[in-house]
Amino acid sequence: MRRALGLAGLVALAALAVWAVTGLPSFGHPRGPYATDSVPAMVQERHVSNTVVGITFDLRGIDTLGEELILFSAALGSTLLLRAQRREGRVEEAAQRADEQRTRMPPSLRAAGAYLVGPALMLAVYVIAHGNLTPGGGFQGGVIGAAALLLVYAAGQMVALEHVRPVALVELAEAVGAAAFVLVAIGGMVFATVAMANFLGFGTTGSLLSGGTIPVLNAAVGVEVTGAVTLIITEFLDQALLREARSA
Amino acid sequence: MTALHVVALAVVALTGTATVLVRDPARQLVVAGFFGLALAVLFFVFGAPDVALSQIAVATVAVPVMALLTLARMADRENDE
Repeated sequence: MRRALGLAGLVALAALAVWAVTGLPSFGHPRGPYATDSVPAMVQERHVSNTVVGITFDLRGIDTLGEELILFSAALGSTLLLRAQRREGRVEEAAQRADEQRTRMPPSLRAAGAYLVGPALMLAVYVIAHGNLTPGGGFQGGVIGAAALLLVYAAGQMVALEHVRPVALVELAEAVGAAAFVLVAIGGMVFATVAMANFLGFGTTGSLLSGGTIPVLNAAVGVEVTGAVTLIITEFLDQALLREARSA
Repeated sequence: MTALHVVALAVVALTGTATVLVRDPARQLVVAGFFGLALAVLFFVFGAPDVALSQIAVATVAVPVMALLTLARMADRENDE
């Protein structure tokens, strides 16, 4: 009976899906003018060749400001919740024990991880810096940057990082990135007429700094996303390390 | 619609179904990673390289790491009880 009901539901769903897809405009022929008009508009009026970044950081910049603050508060919330569950001393102890265990990790794996850190960081900077020219931008580059920092941990180099207290640095990066975005938004009100207005010179299309405030916002988002994703994963890692400490 | 589009769509359907059929959460994460990559290829083939890049970042870095760490924590809690 359950199986028959499930199958009937699936068949009905499939029929609805097919009906919906047949009603779509054919591939490559959007109905509205927006898709075809936005590409020349972005190149001529904002001097950026990556339309997607032009739209997210200029045309719909206020929308991105909201998303930026959502990520900021998500990282803040998970950090607050997870930190309430542990005491500082136990984490230090757990991290130390994990470091001792890590010497048992195969040297080839540690070497591969260490070698990848540099190229990954380089790629992150490249993707963020060229956001206004080629596909990519602050969000994608930020996640690659967080992955590079995670590789440092995976390669067992946490001992070296222990002295600089990366968590404090990561928290700072997250806050500075979010603050920079808000400041640029307010800058539009101060130097132009409305919030989020593009108040810098647009430069030459195709050059690294073209697009006025777009590359600035791109960099701000890159720093913020690197910080936020690293912070969230670090807090999750701390929880896993506490587990190791208790089972040891 | 070319052969490339059809292949990309078929791979997404295949890996998506595989993700649902795998029952062990740890294995499911690995299969879900392949599903994410297949989606990235699909976005790229359909002319959305920017979305494809976001998809790669989220599906291969953020989601697997967070889910794996959560699984480790949950397995521990079950052992305690």
